[in-house]
Amino acid sequence: MLALADDANYAAARAAMVEELWLYAQFVDDPDETRVSDTVMKSMGAVKRHELVPSTQRRYAYENRPLPIGYGQTISQPYIVALMTELIDVDDGDVVLEVGTGSGYQAAILAELVDHVYSIEIIEALATRARQDLERLGYGNITTKLGDGYYGWKKYAPFDAIIVTAAASHVPPPLIEQLKPGGRMVIPVGERFMTQTLLLLEKTEKGEVITRQFGAVRFVPLTGEH
Amino acid sequence: MRALSIVQWHHFAYMIISLALLGYGASGTFIALLKPQLEARFEAAFSISALLFSITMALCFALGQRVPFNALEMVWDSRQFAYLSLLYLVFFVPFFFAACCIGLAFTCRRMDISRIYFFDLTGAGLGAILVIGLLFFLIPQNALLMLMTLPLIASLLMGIPSTARKPLMLAQVVWLVLLISGLPQKHMGLHVSDYKGLSQALQVVDSQVLSVASSPLGLITVVESPTVPVRHAPGLSFATRHIPPPQLAVFTDADGMSAITRFDGDPDSLAYLGDVTAALPYALLRKPDVLVLGAGTGSDVLLALYHDANSVDAVELNPQMTELVEETYAEFAGFVYDNPRVTVHTREARGFVAQSNAQYDLVHIGLLDSFGASGAGVQSLNESYIYTVEAINDYLRITAPGGLLAITRWLKQPPRDSLKLVATTIDALRSIGVSDPGKQLALIRSWNTSTLLVKNGAFTAEDIGRIREFARSRSFDAAWFPGIGPSDTNRFNRLDTPYLFAGTTALLGERAADYIERYKFYIKPATDDRPYYFHFFKWATLPEVFALRRHGGAGLIEWGYLVLIATLLQAIVAGLVLILLPLSLVSRKWPARTGSRMGAYFLLLGFAFLFIEMAFIQKFILFLSHPLYSVAVVLSGFLIFAGLGSAMSQHLARNGEARGLSPVVLAVAAIALLALAYLFLLPFVFQRFMGNSDAVKIGMSITLIAPLAFAMGMPFPLGLRRVARTAPDFIPWAWGINGYASVISAVLATLLAIEFGFPFVILLALLAYAVAAVMYSMMQARPRGMAVN
Repeated sequence: MLALADDANYAAARAAMVEELWLYAQFVDDPDETRVSDTVMKSMGAVKRHELVPSTQRRYAYENRPLPIGYGQTISQPYIVALMTELIDVDDGDVVLEVGTGSGYQAAILAELVDHVYSIEIIEALATRARQDLERLGYGNITTKLGDGYYGWKKYAPFDAIIVTAAASHVPPPLIEQLKPGGRMVIPVGERFMTQTLLLLEKTEKGEVITRQFGAVRFVPLTGEH
Repeated sequence: MRALSIVQWHHFAYMIISLALLGYGASGTFIALLKPQLEARFEAAFSISALLFSITMALCFALGQRVPFNALEMVWDSRQFAYLSLLYLVFFVPFFFAACCIGLAFTCRRMDISRIYFFDLTGAGLGAILVIGLLFFLIPQNALLMLMTLPLIASLLMGIPSTARKPLMLAQVVWLVLLISGLPQKHMGLHVSDYKGLSQALQVVDSQVLSVASSPLGLITVVESPTVPVRHAPGLSFATRHIPPPQLAVFTDADGMSAITRFDGDPDSLAYLGDVTAALPYALLRKPDVLVLGAGTGSDVLLALYHDANSVDAVELNPQMTELVEETYAEFAGFVYDNPRVTVHTREARGFVAQSNAQYDLVHIGLLDSFGASGAGVQSLNESYIYTVEAINDYLRITAPGGLLAITRWLKQPPRDSLKLVATTIDALRSIGVSDPGKQLALIRSWNTSTLLVKNGAFTAEDIGRIREFARSRSFDAAWFPGIGPSDTNRFNRLDTPYLFAGTTALLGERAADYIERYKFYIKPATDDRPYYFHFFKWATLPEVFALRRHGGAGLIEWGYLVLIATLLQAIVAGLVLILLPLSLVSRKWPARTGSRMGAYFLLLGFAFLFIEMAFIQKFILFLSHPLYSVAVVLSGFLIFAGLGSAMSQHLARNGEARGLSPVVLAVAAIALLALAYLFLLPFVFQRFMGNSDAVKIGMSITLIAPLAFAMGMPFPLGLRRVARTAPDFIPWAWGINGYASVISAVLATLLAIEFGFPFVILLALLAYAVAAVMYSMMQARPRGMAVN
């Protein structure tokens, strides 16, 4: 990847990244159908990912891969971010909670689509950096805080959607409570750099919870089946 | 190796050290190329090598940790391969100098080859015991510091008669002063990868390390996080209203998090334990007598007490882990191990079960590893005797009629180890005559855990009703119980296809073998001969998952096995470059055919010795019921008795030759007879004596190992003696080739054992010995022109 010197170059690289994401998003056996909508792809093209990664990683900012952002954390692979954003199926009037701000990239993608994003981070340095970066980029509809995301953010609950990027052995019950009926929660499952599946949790209008788990890719574990 | 396992992941530590041992092979090349110069200054060369071994141990350890290698980024960032290569180079250096010492001794003191090999092997054997002992008292880097003094002492001793005594002594004194001053120590702290659980936990605001304890079984670190408490509750139901109380995080080798749960005596604080998949068996039992295997930090003991168990036998291998709950944090844990219903046993699980005559209402095996470790395929190299066909039968033997065996595993999508566990259990039940295993199995899942129940007897209608209700009320999905239908499955945690239900149905059917064959992950049951439960890799799947890696499919790749293959390939290439290529370029003072035979002889010996040693270490792990005893007793036993065999080889060679018998053929015949006898008899011996005390089993093990190892210690020095007489310039090459074979064979033995089992590895070793014996007989017995007396 060549060094990119200015906004025009970054914009071109971003457009190329979105083109690549379109290719990945198409179903191999049904190219007319895609896993990611126009709306989400538009927000992927709008957010300046290069502004949200450490300077040493800028040259890789628009490659479709996770990048280290320090403190043992990563900025997610763009394709995974697109899939997760698509899965929670947000509208422009929605209020979204994110647990695990990290670089702020996912929050920025959501901010392009919804009314407001509330985002919690437990690593102080990351929380500070993300807040500063998001303010600098003009995201006035993102509110961040340093703290424990386990109990959600009661003050602004309930939420239309929740994204949990912080690894945990279980889905915190308080977060399920703070999800509106009809709302969706998505959690990437797997090690850093290697998301295995995306867990989608849906709360019905009656308040019941069901989950669905998707591989980030279509993979059938048996030979001879399609 | 221990230190690298802490800062990186175990399989990369294995890879790095395996390749660093190529230093042994390279030392042979170095000595061969500079033989005349080194021979003329043997004592100085030896002394300098020993001193550099000591110095580079510290230097390379410190440097190696500053290489920014991140294993998790390898699929994305090709620079990681360069960093990995740099790590090989860095760790290669101390092994190179260590091997130079031994290689020089063989080359320059070839009249004493048998004695030198005796001291080499005996030292290695004693060293293995010493290191295990040291690691009980010292953290790995401090143990390394102590070990550095040994080559320094060797350097001092050999420096005295050397021609470069004064400058050497100056260097030795300077290094000694630096060691005493503590300067190396300052740069040898462990730099744990940022991506391991411990590093990430310590990033959380206000978190801190409370205690660290080291043993050969692992470095245990306890972390407190008051502002963002640890809440570890795998398999917790979505429907629950309860959350775990505050916990202390416990990391083993900086990863694999478990937790000590605060218990203040109020049972309501543990209500969340009623809403995990692991609680299923308690829905079917009343006041059970429970055996918890792998008690760890006590979560499963708490689970049992919360569910009003009548008694709990808690078995945990690592005494330091038990000490955390029993002593260090006893108050925090609510003195759970002081509960009169709880008895703690510091034992290995299979060993405890083998010796037990009790009958339990519930044998419980909880989550023994972390989701991250099981998810990234990093455990595929680890043998595990917990989840084999024989293990399941051992557990069922001590399960009372109507009682349950309950095993909880992490659940990945598509399922791997959960299905493999089902397949293993079905095989186990069929092997003891159960014609319809499906009647004795029940399986439920949350989104990330599955719990398998195996009943000693068929599940009743009442049992099934309770299983259904337990699952429904907690939004868990049933994947199997007798009479299950598709409508019972995939209700709450929906998948595109309910693979666990479909898989269990298929594995219980007549076409189970076909299903296993068609499944894209390796789910054939593990056995004690092939105890690689965590091996899921299939070559046929690799092209597909590799092509998907950048589409979000990186998590489908089983990295541990690929790392092993990569290690083998790199070792082969490196060996060709370091040994065969230089060998082909130098002018030889021996006939070409003789050189090929000599080279083949030492290459085959390198394979054969390691194959047998590794296979028997694995066999004895199960018998001795403790990985440390097995390594200490078997590894040291092999090395020390092989050393004795080496010492006696000269004497036996003379006697044999006087009678017209080839000493190598005699030694190989003894090895073959003993190894074959053990191959067939050991299972019966182990079964008969498994229940005896550790002291008896250790004595038996040494008695069994001694004659085999004694015979195995002979071929190498015998071969070197012959080479010393006929082609002394070949000695360093022999040393290098043998060292190279040792490196390859360590990796190859693991690969072969995964694919074909340990008996195959042993048979292959015997074949190698046989061919080596043929090579020996074709090697020239004496220099050309020497008359036969």
